[in-house]
Amino acid sequence: MNGDAVSANQLLILVPAYNEAGAVRGVVNEVHRVMPGVPVLVVDDCSSDATVSEARVAGARVLELPHHLGLGGCVQAGYRLAFELGYQYVIRVDGDGQHDPRDIPTILHALEREGCEMVIGSRFINGKGPSFGLMRSAGIAFFRAVLRPILGKPVRDPTSGFVGVNRTALGLFSRSFPLEYPEIEALVVLQRRRFRFVEVPCHMRPRKAGRSSITAVKSLYYMAHVLLGVFVNVLKFEGRRK
Amino acid sequence: MERLLNVLATLSLAMIVTVLATVRRAHIRVEYSVSWLTAGLALLGLSQWPGALTWIRTSVGAAEPASALLMAAGGIFLVVLFRLSLRISGLKDANIALTQRIAILEYRLESIDEKVKTPAAG
Repeated sequence: MNGDAVSANQLLILVPAYNEAGAVRGVVNEVHRVMPGVPVLVVDDCSSDATVSEARVAGARVLELPHHLGLGGCVQAGYRLAFELGYQYVIRVDGDGQHDPRDIPTILHALEREGCEMVIGSRFINGKGPSFGLMRSAGIAFFRAVLRPILGKPVRDPTSGFVGVNRTALGLFSRSFPLEYPEIEALVVLQRRRFRFVEVPCHMRPRKAGRSSITAVKSLYYMAHVLLGVFVNVLKFEGRRK
Repeated sequence: MERLLNVLATLSLAMIVTVLATVRRAHIRVEYSVSWLTAGLALLGLSQWPGALTWIRTSVGAAEPASALLMAAGGIFLVVLFRLSLRISGLKDANIALTQRIAILEYRLESIDEKVKTPAAG
């Protein structure tokens, strides 16, 4: 299956990027090779480097945020635009080159075949997945355990940003989307609406350029922040059901 | 204790004067000055009305009037800070929504410009 199977006005590839001048051109080029004719929208989170021009040179459309919002606000801006433009499916590929665009058809196929609202590209389905640092691995294991009873089913890669959504989830996320660390909380937002998700295997590569902003201290802050966000969303859910 | 109340009265008056001067120079909006002026007036009231302080001390079971004063002042400032946190959260949400809307409108304007220019160039 390739990009020819879906018309250009149905699928949008969304690439959130912040100071990814060294990688974003390669990401867009790879997506174009794998999914010819499918539009690529780079959402630039007010980068201070040449991310915007690099993305344009590669042939992507660019949504330029006038000031830095963080990952959640950046992704939501793309979801909002995609929803307004009438796209049926949006697949998010990070601008740092860690997500392999060759997995896009797998995600798209699952979205079409399963009829679920969201498909997660999971790094842990085939084999044991990439090796992260101790703190990050512990964090992923912790959130798997926390989410299991909330979602009513296991999720192997709750922190994956390689996700596809259909128009129903797009409408939801364009109105309500976690803003700082969105991946895990987004699952709870989906659950509140009784929406379904599935995981499909995908590959993760080293960053093409730049360096990760995740440090040990930030990991701890991340865990505390997301845990609070998850429980706030669960409480909202319980209140709404009464 | 009397000396402590005098210090509190002086600090409260200084806070009220500072807030009023800042409002006058338009460095702080009137709506946000209300919380601080209310806090300043409440502390000034406590400093001038020891009966209220005694009532607070017996109500909360504090051993010393100074502890009751500290608790009352802390409580007043917590309320002010909480109100400000609520306001900041609302402003941040509005800021994010506006930023996204501006970006989307600019994107759509560029698209219209391209559509207008393309036939002319051809």
